[in-house]
Amino acid sequence: MTADAIPLQAFLTVAAFLFCIGVWGLINSRNAVRVLMSIELMLNAVNLNLMAFSNYLDGQLVRGQVFAIFVITVAAAEAAVGLAILLSLYRNRETVDMERFNLLRW
Amino acid sequence: MTVASTTQLVCFVILSSTLVLGSLAVVLLPNIVYSAFLLAGVFLSVAGLYLLLNASFVAAAQVLVYVGAVNVLILFAIMLVNKKENLAPIPGMALRRFLSGAVCAGLLGLLIRVAFTTPWALPGPTPVGEDATIRIGEHLFSDYLLPFELASVLLLMAMIGAIVLARRDVFSIDIITGEPADQVLIEKERSPLLLEPTDSVPLRSSP
Repeated sequence: MTADAIPLQAFLTVAAFLFCIGVWGLINSRNAVRVLMSIELMLNAVNLNLMAFSNYLDGQLVRGQVFAIFVITVAAAEAAVGLAILLSLYRNRETVDMERFNLLRW
Repeated sequence: MTVASTTQLVCFVILSSTLVLGSLAVVLLPNIVYSAFLLAGVFLSVAGLYLLLNASFVAAAQVLVYVGAVNVLILFAIMLVNKKENLAPIPGMALRRFLSGAVCAGLLGLLIRVAFTTPWALPGPTPVGEDATIRIGEHLFSDYLLPFELASVLLLMAMIGAIVLARRDVFSIDIITGEPADQVLIEKERSPLLLEPTDSVPLRSSP
């Protein structure tokens, strides 16, 4: 049952790729919906790390899986509130361009 | 190498390449509808990786919550705000993309180096396999009971907050006749509050 074929580092590398792609998309996206998608990608990368550690280093008490479930819960709440904020912003500014949400820029 | 480990390796390679290519396409594709559907593929391949990690319950939760709820929510948001708009070009965008790409590549290198140089305590204890669901249930109702209950409060708050933020203001009184408009809710006329003044229609007249 132990995944001898796949080392732990392989999962960590995949999660690192996913996280960095999410960070790049978060910085460079012009569309606000795509920013939310990038945040979801980063949360998934963190979850993948937690699950890999839970399987390889904490196989008996699966605490990483419990943490992953909590992260999934918080991510669902975040997506709902974020998209509601996005709708409200779109109603006020008539755009989803991140560069025009600059009311608080100094 | 046994057949089982070879199968695991092949599944891992397929899932991880789908994951990385799909997430790149989510970030880079110009059409956001394609991005949303590819995001569902990314979530599904993450669920497949969870199955490889002996976590069937979390894989099911991933499919239900992410693909079933979050992705559908994102699709609804795209449908509600989908307006063709030509984004004005920004000076220095190419430089910004390059710099942030360099920073992200550096972060990637750092993370991979940490993953490969840290002496992990391997091999750890034997994974419990399919009993993981039972263990999760025991955790949720014994030592993680308080976060579990707080998560329900958080979800309730998020639901109410999303409704408050996303609903339109409606008048309960007809503003012309002054009579209560309880039969038909009259929606407030759509008036953007913070539109930038254009040349043709100035928002306020200069004195």
